[in-house]
Amino acid sequence: MPEPPIAVAMSGGVDSSTVAALLVRQGHPVVGLTMQLWNQRRLPELAVEGGVPSGPGRCCSLDDVYDARRVAEQIGIPYYVVNFERQFEEQVVKPFVEEYLAGRTPIPCTLCNNYIKFDRFLEMAESVGARQMATGHYARIRRDEASGRWQLLRAVDHTKDQTYFLFGLTQQQLARTLFPLGELTKPEVRELARSMNLAVAAKGDSQEICFVPNGDYAAFLRAYLEESGVPRERTRGAIVSTDGRTLGEHEGVHHFTVGQRRGLGVATGEPLYVIATDSQRQRVIVGGNDELLRPRFFAKDVNWISIAGLAAPMRAQVKIRNKHAAAPATLQATGDAARVEVVFDQPQRAVTPGQGAVFYDGDLVLGGGWIE
Amino acid sequence: MQRFYFDHNATTPLAPEVLETLTSCLGQVYGNASSIHHFGQAAKQRLEAARRQLAVLIHANSNEVVFTSGGTEADNMAVLGVARAAAGPSRHVVTTTVEHPAVLGPCAQLEREGVAVTWLRVGSDGVVDPDDVRRALRPDTVLVSVMHANNELGTIQPVEEIARIARRAGVPFHVDGVQALGKIPVDVEASGVDLYSVSGHKVYAPKGVGALYVRGGTKLAPIAFGGHHERGRRPGTENVPGIAAFGVAAEVAGCNLASEGNRLTVLRDRLENAVAARISGVTINGSRWKRTPNTSNMCFEAIEGEALVIALDLRGFAVSTGAACSSGAVAPSHVLTAIGLPPERARASMRFSLGRSNTAEQVDALVDALEGAVAHLRRISVHA
Repeated sequence: MPEPPIAVAMSGGVDSSTVAALLVRQGHPVVGLTMQLWNQRRLPELAVEGGVPSGPGRCCSLDDVYDARRVAEQIGIPYYVVNFERQFEEQVVKPFVEEYLAGRTPIPCTLCNNYIKFDRFLEMAESVGARQMATGHYARIRRDEASGRWQLLRAVDHTKDQTYFLFGLTQQQLARTLFPLGELTKPEVRELARSMNLAVAAKGDSQEICFVPNGDYAAFLRAYLEESGVPRERTRGAIVSTDGRTLGEHEGVHHFTVGQRRGLGVATGEPLYVIATDSQRQRVIVGGNDELLRPRFFAKDVNWISIAGLAAPMRAQVKIRNKHAAAPATLQATGDAARVEVVFDQPQRAVTPGQGAVFYDGDLVLGGGWIE
Repeated sequence: MQRFYFDHNATTPLAPEVLETLTSCLGQVYGNASSIHHFGQAAKQRLEAARRQLAVLIHANSNEVVFTSGGTEADNMAVLGVARAAAGPSRHVVTTTVEHPAVLGPCAQLEREGVAVTWLRVGSDGVVDPDDVRRALRPDTVLVSVMHANNELGTIQPVEEIARIARRAGVPFHVDGVQALGKIPVDVEASGVDLYSVSGHKVYAPKGVGALYVRGGTKLAPIAFGGHHERGRRPGTENVPGIAAFGVAAEVAGCNLASEGNRLTVLRDRLENAVAARISGVTINGSRWKRTPNTSNMCFEAIEGEALVIALDLRGFAVSTGAACSSGAVAPSHVLTAIGLPPERARASMRFSLGRSNTAEQVDALVDALEGAVAHLRRISVHA
């Protein structure tokens, strides 16, 4: 029996292209798969330059498929485009929109990882005969012999580390996944890509939310809601201060995220920040910077990775958004095994409902959940 | 790895005779068929020889054959051309929901231009009821367009009966015959159709050449404007090497029609019988009897067709989930939907289209691969 192939999720970018090329160079049979996740021709009002947004970092544009195919051809691997648009819309885009409408700030990348990349893609990989999948994520996976658990660790290149988006990975998923770039820095990856003459070596990095052109998520939501037939008036509401004064109006709570300062359209003496959003009453609550500080919060739907669970209160560093420097905290169990109370040593600014809370012990990812 | 091709409805490899004609023409017959001199005449001779060869295969007069760039252009010429040539304050076109996009597209365009279109439904066997065509006809009906054989199912439509109905009503009848040519007998004279589209690359000729049969007297407005080529029907310097190759391919197809049809029927039945015997939860989509000899469309319960195509390709077998034109589409096949398959069954369906290169050994190997791949996929989808 020949060695089963490794399925590489190829986006057409430099990272996943390098992964595919590295695995081929190491002598593994490889099959390249590109996920078609979103039709860029939808929501044409968001398009720039004649129909399809141009420039780097879009999701599933024809150019990216073209690039991935070119790399596959170059390194001599079978290559296919698989269509997950239906699942992506159901499990990533719709929840993304609903979360915003509910006044939370979602992370679609985590949903995509949980439900598409490490679920549907892995299933597709196995369907076509692969036993393992590999992606261009910057993270490391290690098996802990003592506990028998698969552990997730931060990438060696902390500036590129993507573990914040990977806290939902299960033991079964980790067991079948390879992150060949976890030990490398981005400049090293680019150098490798160049040394292997990959056509995409000089391509720019992708943006965070792949299906939202130019990062303008408010415009995306507006267009998506319009397509879905949600009237604009339904989302309008008031901007109020923490002491209950009405300061202005807004077009919808989905335009605001906790900690936001710009774009409030309210002129007062001291700088104002979004403290919270209340989707029930369509209200945006604003206040001073110090009102953003929170000493503790609850995380729900917690997935434990490197440990089996909380036996006793545990010290950890907790990251509450991707750009946040993990802050020292104590994790406290609640009656619900999937719900954890996080108590910071120092209050943290802008604890935002809908974002992930990822628990670290140094480089080790203990687990993570969703901020309530 | 040895590779076997079971996707002849998508396209076919060049027949050896065709390849020889193509390369020799490309090398030597470079004249413009409209030129007066020797070089032009040599090209013109090849062009007209090919026209006769194709006319013989479809039982037409050669002056009723117009060469095009392919089946899509032929379909567009017929549908748009007939509808736009018809005068009158209101116009109406009858077609079916299982047509190829090359017919659906121009019909939808006519709709946007204000022409009424009736989209006839088909039964679960994929066959249109001629009575439905009769009932759909209106005083302002200017065209009926129904395909001869379906690309996904292979099902054959009762074009002779529909032709009689259209003839009696005095309505021009167009048939998209792209998937019928070379697979089943085509007789435009006896069947009484007015326009018939064919494509070269489905009959072992190269891509980029096709033809439209236009019965003498049929009013056709041009869809492209330019020179007076093809009796003023289709402007543009003729693709002589491609057309000559198409002519040879038509001749070869005519010689082999009965014997190859029988051989492929046996092979196709061998495939279906072995699949039915060895793999559970398989049904044949569309009519089992009224279809082209080479085509089988089967539903493998609880399978994602896209995954099965890839798994088989990695084992060296080229098959498809349906029309190549709609690969990568999110929506399930419009043809399978039209015969009443729910989306999950449509997505679990595979098209096998056999051709000249296929042998009994290849079919047996395909069944082995299918059995393994389907079992593997079903194991995985249980876990997922």
